Amino acid sequence: MRSLFNKTLLEIAEKNERIYLIVADIGFEEVERFAEIFPDRFFNAGVAEQNMTGMACGIAMEGNIAITYSIANFPTLRCLEQIRNDVCYHKANVKIVAIGSGLCYGALGVSHQSTEDFAIMRSLPDMVILAPADFAEAEAAIHKMIEHQGPVYFRCGRRNEPPVHRGKIDFEIGKAIQVCDGGDITLIGTGTVTHRAFLAAELLKKRGIKARVLSMHTVKPIDAEAITTAARETGAIVTVEEHNILAGLGGAVAEVLSESGIGIPFKRIGIPDTYVHLVGSQDWLLDHFGFSPESIAETAQKVLERRR
Amino acid sequence: MSIPSRKQDNTHMTKYEGYQRLAQLIRGYAVTMTTRTLSSHVGSCLSMAELVAVLYGGILHVNPKDPLWPDRDRFILSKGHAAAGVYAALAEKDFFPKEWINSYYKNDGKLSGHISFHVPGVEFSTGSLGHALPVALGMALVAKRKGKKHRIFVLMSEGDCDEGSTWEAVMFAAQHHLDNVVAIVDANRIQALGNVADIIDLEPLAKKIEAFGWSVREIDGHDVQQIERTLLDIPFDSGKPSFVIARTVKGKGIRYMENTLSCHYHCVPQEKLAEVLVELGVEDAFPV
Repeated sequence: MRSLFNKTLLEIAEKNERIYLIVADIGFEEVERFAEIFPDRFFNAGVAEQNMTGMACGIAMEGNIAITYSIANFPTLRCLEQIRNDVCYHKANVKIVAIGSGLCYGALGVSHQSTEDFAIMRSLPDMVILAPADFAEAEAAIHKMIEHQGPVYFRCGRRNEPPVHRGKIDFEIGKAIQVCDGGDITLIGTGTVTHRAFLAAELLKKRGIKARVLSMHTVKPIDAEAITTAARETGAIVTVEEHNILAGLGGAVAEVLSESGIGIPFKRIGIPDTYVHLVGSQDWLLDHFGFSPESIAETAQKVLERRR
Repeated sequence: MSIPSRKQDNTHMTKYEGYQRLAQLIRGYAVTMTTRTLSSHVGSCLSMAELVAVLYGGILHVNPKDPLWPDRDRFILSKGHAAAGVYAALAEKDFFPKEWINSYYKNDGKLSGHISFHVPGVEFSTGSLGHALPVALGMALVAKRKGKKHRIFVLMSEGDCDEGSTWEAVMFAAQHHLDNVVAIVDANRIQALGNVADIIDLEPLAKKIEAFGWSVREIDGHDVQQIERTLLDIPFDSGKPSFVIARTVKGKGIRYMENTLSCHYHCVPQEKLAEVLVELGVEDAFPV
């Protein structure tokens, strides 16, 4: 997804001379083409995320679209106050791109795991949060992010993540995409881990349980309508996110559900409220924390038992 | 140079007397705004009054009738807590109605305690230190790319120079030869908990900044002639960003406040206001 991001951005930048890319010394074998083709619109701030973000804001205040780019927590937490005071308060057209979020860099350790980013970015007024599930969503999301006027946080995968969707998708910011329909329960995923929710739905199907899968590629603004519709039509919801269990997708869905008055069995699957000091690959860690398709399916079945 | 008297006809003031009068008015505004609302940071407004007066009086290319004129000079107050001092200049230059001044810090007021871009003429909101210089560099990069001639001014405090983000920006500006950037430090030698020298001694600041690739001048930040001469000479060196260390006095203009830490927090008491306005020579503009 990382390479797709850079390729797509390059195509957009060729047609839109208002696009700037500002990196913080990250992007080896990815951002060089942009730098070569648009030397006057590419800047490496060095290992200085606060300056990267502040400069991007200044560039955006002059009527441009500035993209900040780094990995994991570096473009968000390291410069959080610049994002809040400079970018969001001024509604500046800055797009914050974090490559390899969640547990992508699992084995590198806690510093490189962005597992609280949804919660923190979600609490900033005017911030839009996009976490595409697969390449099709990512490509569409990049275009929509550029079209959107204002701050966006883009949580980007790093690898050759498998497709979630078959065929064309209709991507709109704030509108969940139904991956497959079902009437017994809804699994809501965000980001690349949505694929695992989809595989869980396939397992459930074999057990006679029809699960709806929603790709909630926009964590903010959350698609409340898709959530309440799913609650009414399927009567149970499980959220799946590669993020701390607190205040991310599951938290957002819980907020919608609790205020909707629709009382249904509901469960959040996320990373426990702890730092992940286990050493392992993204896939291994996800399996460990209950994100294997089998575990997700089991969780869903337990939720259904609560309904009976 | 003596402070021009209120009795003097404005039209016969020299340019420098005009700057001085504006500086005293800025002080008068800052004092009355903070006293009326029992708010802080009057000392920070007082130390930068001449700098702001010369900037708005003769250096900045700005247009009150068109605050977002694309070719305007950009001015960002990095020491956003001294907002009252800039609001004063903007009110005097008719960027917004003078009545707004009375709403400073008040419920449903127009002017917040830290500077906000919601006020006409304010380029950017600040309040947390160390934010302005990076933003200014972004603006400067765009101006360079577009071949624009406007300059980007940042007025900072010594506290601003403690922030790592400031030094990130200092390094970047030199690396990219941003000679359309001017950083001015209102070096009043006092920060929030005491003397700068006792907390994080910035000295030798000029040598440090020079070593980082900027062109630096040290001036008397209360001498309007020196300020003007310095700011008319930007960029000091082609291809280098310009840095002005303006040596000032915290609380300048009100003798009992000068060089005190407490004027960072305490306003002039109501019962002293009339006396202080007389001391500033602006009691005609601010009847108590």
